Amino acid sequence: MWAFIHKLGSPKWFYGISAKLQPWFWAAAALLLVTGTLWGLAFAPADYQQGNSFRIIYVHVPAAFLAQSIFISMAISGLVFMVWKIKVADMAAAVMAPLGAGMTFVALFSGAVWGVPTWGTWWMWDARLTSMLILLFLYLGVIALRGAFTSRDSASRAASVLAMVGVINIPIIKYSVDWWYTLHQPATFTLTSRPTMPTEMWLPLAIMVLGFYSFFIALTLMRTRSEILRRESNKRWVQELVVGQVEEKR
Amino acid sequence: MSLCLEARQLACERDDRWLFQGLDLTIRSGEIVRIEGPNGSGKTTLLKILSGQLGDYQGELFWNGAAMKDAREHFLANLLYLGHAPGIKAGLTPLENLAWYQALSGKSNQDSDNEESRLDALANVGLAGFEDVPAGQLSAGQQRRVALARLTLTPRALWVLDEPFTAIDRYGVAALEQQLVAHAQSGGCVLVTTHHELTASPLLRRIALA
Amino acid sequence: MATSVGPLLEHNGGLMIAVRATLVRDLTLLLRRRGEVLNPLVFFALVITLFPIAISPDPELLATIAPGLLWVAALLAALLSLDSLFRSDYDDGSLEQLLLAPQPLAALSLAKVAVHWLLTGLPLALMAPLLGIMLALPAGSYAVLAVSLALGTASLSLIGAIGAALTVGLARGGVLLSLLVLPLYIPVLIFGAGAVQAAILGDGVSAHLAILGALLAAALMLAPWAIAASLRISING
Repeated sequence: MWAFIHKLGSPKWFYGISAKLQPWFWAAAALLLVTGTLWGLAFAPADYQQGNSFRIIYVHVPAAFLAQSIFISMAISGLVFMVWKIKVADMAAAVMAPLGAGMTFVALFSGAVWGVPTWGTWWMWDARLTSMLILLFLYLGVIALRGAFTSRDSASRAASVLAMVGVINIPIIKYSVDWWYTLHQPATFTLTSRPTMPTEMWLPLAIMVLGFYSFFIALTLMRTRSEILRRESNKRWVQELVVGQVEEKR
Repeated sequence: MSLCLEARQLACERDDRWLFQGLDLTIRSGEIVRIEGPNGSGKTTLLKILSGQLGDYQGELFWNGAAMKDAREHFLANLLYLGHAPGIKAGLTPLENLAWYQALSGKSNQDSDNEESRLDALANVGLAGFEDVPAGQLSAGQQRRVALARLTLTPRALWVLDEPFTAIDRYGVAALEQQLVAHAQSGGCVLVTTHHELTASPLLRRIALA
Repeated sequence: MATSVGPLLEHNGGLMIAVRATLVRDLTLLLRRRGEVLNPLVFFALVITLFPIAISPDPELLATIAPGLLWVAALLAALLSLDSLFRSDYDDGSLEQLLLAPQPLAALSLAKVAVHWLLTGLPLALMAPLLGIMLALPAGSYAVLAVSLALGTASLSLIGAIGAALTVGLARGGVLLSLLVLPLYIPVLIFGAGAVQAAILGDGVSAHLAILGALLAAALMLAPWAIAASLRISING
């Protein structure tokens, strides 16, 4: 067990294994996203209430899912880094933060666009949108804190602690915002809380969600690999690797 | 009484630069150990690791044969660390400052015996008459002396002193040096960094960082 | 001059002594600099003065938004004083000494947070009803306002102290501190302002206050550990 964890912690090992995994996730992401998009946009039936505008759900919901999942994975990576001092975990957490912030922004933006046909306005203090907005601020805080330290070791630790504090708070924030929303606007309906959705509507949605996850994993692997090269640039194995690749090109 | 602080294969990396690697050292009762090295060689970092403030190092620390993480409380109860900054609150008087340190060592600071010992400790470092002056009005050297008063106020076996001679005048330096020797002679142990040249003594040992 | 070294000391606990001494020390320090204690209160009053000027002096309008205004302004005032919570200890080296105390750091930092609440949150809570009068806050909600603020600001101090501990080593941590801490304040704000609103509407407030109490209990259990971990990170530089 210990040997395995430390093997996993070695940037060199991770660099090798991620090279093998990466293409599979890219392929899965491409396949799922293309299928999901075509199905969702062209073949799924229009909503009886919202018409075609409901199709934004195929971007909004996966993005919102992912935005929350990335924060959780970031906090777990932070925990792994703090407990076992595994540097790769911190590198992954570092590249996940901007991805998560981006996903949160996509969720917010698609929600705003969706709001135009649904509510006739770009912004409503809808429970989901409000939670997303707060999540975006949490992401920005983690990114800003990491950037504020001059020592990277301290930056990594501080960002890990903040991510863990944030992840404990996310459910509390979510429930309190839901509660606040029902108190103030009981009449309007939320974007996506509908009791029944026919199979031909939610199946492409599920495919899109899976596609988003594969895309995220592939992108995280790719960016973690370049982060490894950047941080380990003075290590012998990286230098040998680079020399080897240069010679291969000749 | 004997104490033993041991470091095995100690290594510390700060942002991709090795400050030191493969450092083995054992510090025992009756020694004054001076860590030497140029600026930026990691003297302060080493002292912080050896005093249990920093957690991110490689290698192992042992306190009297037990792994540091198991013996941490016992270690801290016997450690007195003085860092670059004296740790003296400008808004409090020297007596009040010492009262807090006395309480951290587990002695009630309201006991009259304990108040007596605070006055004695201040007199010892030549600050009689300054007991109730806010520390912010004292000079840098006097503030440093307030911090040094802790050496007699809260007796601990292991002293870890980072540049203790800073801002101290010539007489103070001589007295402090004597105090270090006396502490080692009576079975204590001193770990020190300083730019000041310590008088050669059979108790003195040097450890050089590259 | 020879200091005789006795046998090695066993760690003798003394937690209560250390906690009490830390409480006394921080209280003495702050009470000697009354300005620092008064500033958040003056800020609170000032911000509340700005709203009628910016929005409208109409008492009816003010009455509807008063609970939210009072809570937001108090929250910002409490936030304002957070940056100094560990700052001077960090600068003069006593934070290092606090970390090296044989007593658990979480307990000692809890003592510091308690002083912060006692001299910031509690006065804000006591002052809020006065400002409530100025905003034409409907009768019957004054006591709830003070109680919700007293409970809520305790949670705010605890959560905020995590941010203060994370940013204490940074030269300009003030703005960053707000960015880190404000999103985490939102649940407290929702239930705090909600309690006052419920009192105005004549609904029961016990549920709100119970949730505020639960948030405080959770913060009391978890925040000290996060504060201690953050302080250890900050001292590493």
